[in-house]
Amino acid sequence: MMLLSMFTRPEKLSVYWARLMEEMMQLGIKSLGIVILMSAFMGAVIVIQSATAIDAAWIPDYTVGFTAKQSIILEFSPTIMSLILAGKVGSNIASELGSMRVTEQIDALEIMGINTKAYLIRPKIIAAVLIFPVVIIFSMAFGFGGGWMASFGTGLIPEEQYLVGIQSFYDDNLWMITYALIKATVFAFIITSVSSYHGYYTSGGALEVGKSSTNAVVYSSVLILLANLLLTQLLLI
Amino acid sequence: MSFGDTQVLHDVSFKFERGKTNLVIGQSGSGKSVLTKCIIGLHNPEKGQILYDGLDFSAMKKKEKKKIRTQIGMLFQGGALFDSLSVIENVMFPLKMFTKMSRNEMLDRANFCLERVDIVNKNNLFPSEISGGMQKRVAIARAIVMKPKYLFCDEPNSGLDPLTAILIDNLIKELTEEYNMTTLVITHDMNSVLEIGDNIMFIYKGQNHWEGNKDSIITTPNKEVNDFVYSSKFLKLFKEKMN
Repeated sequence: MMLLSMFTRPEKLSVYWARLMEEMMQLGIKSLGIVILMSAFMGAVIVIQSATAIDAAWIPDYTVGFTAKQSIILEFSPTIMSLILAGKVGSNIASELGSMRVTEQIDALEIMGINTKAYLIRPKIIAAVLIFPVVIIFSMAFGFGGGWMASFGTGLIPEEQYLVGIQSFYDDNLWMITYALIKATVFAFIITSVSSYHGYYTSGGALEVGKSSTNAVVYSSVLILLANLLLTQLLLI
Repeated sequence: MSFGDTQVLHDVSFKFERGKTNLVIGQSGSGKSVLTKCIIGLHNPEKGQILYDGLDFSAMKKKEKKKIRTQIGMLFQGGALFDSLSVIENVMFPLKMFTKMSRNEMLDRANFCLERVDIVNKNNLFPSEISGGMQKRVAIARAIVMKPKYLFCDEPNSGLDPLTAILIDNLIKELTEEYNMTTLVITHDMNSVLEIGDNIMFIYKGQNHWEGNKDSIITTPNKEVNDFVYSSKFLKLFKEKMN
């Protein structure tokens, strides 16, 4: 119902465009720092763990790069990063809308004759759906970068072997990236719509804003895990 | 109007006059805020009519309601300024959404309204950076920026010191006369009642219990109104001296 009521003609297109850009900045660009940091470290850890686990002489060294690639593209960047973003972005959205609700800012918009769901929630959903895949591509790139730094820094596997592993099975890579981006788009929708719902329908005071924020993260995370399972079944099998 | 089994408002009927400050008073929980929310369309009453210049608001379609809403200015209890926008952007917001004015025209109008409420050199500050009294004045500036026909104020001076509260009350009264608006003020502050109450409706247990003005409220024999008006020691003393 909430989503349906968003599909109305915008009061003023220029204002909505500005809101969309603002949200892209807020939800995507401002999340890049944490995404890059976590991806680089996780990429490095994946390479070190894989290199120490795959110790047999008969397994080629490039397997480490291949494993890192599979882990980063298929799960870490789209799913784990989305779970982290559910925490950061989801709680941000729910607390922003929740505090707007309890301080009557949403009522103020409503009285002005503005479709508050379309004005407040729609730009968030569209922005996230557009920008999250870009963020996930950054995550992949920095994950690989972190892995490369680990192989280069620790000497556990030769750097060239890592790069061979990363580039192996080129034809599959494109589909894997597409699969990851489809997941990122779906997760972006889940995070923003679920968090917006919890924030928008907050009632009470500061305590309830906190509860909405927590609920937004919990429900988004659970739905992301369920959608992950479903999408994997649908797209990879 | 009920919530679950609790009937909050019933048999309420009142005509709010244009160019006058119409006050709705009553104890906390008497149904004042629910009445305002019904009038502005945030709640839908189960029965009855809400007429804006003879047009039934509750029976209107969304589009017609929207048109009426652009003619309404609302001052909320806490100001309800948008946290993410600066003072000037807050005041310009309705203009941006509903007019085709150029940025300079919008700035001129917003600055005029801010000056009218005595806010100068605060344009780039955010709501959290100004005092409660200033926030209320900025909210009034935002409420009048579209030159509304109707102004609704929900407890405009709650949380303010007596001097600032009187300033806000007087500002509301002046603007009501200046713009010839139909102003509705929800309050339980007796200073406001005695300062600006052109027409007063006293709500008691969800009902329209008494009607009058700032003069007749002092002399009315109505017990419930008297209990409300003379609840403070100061006013009790005042009454004794008058007698």
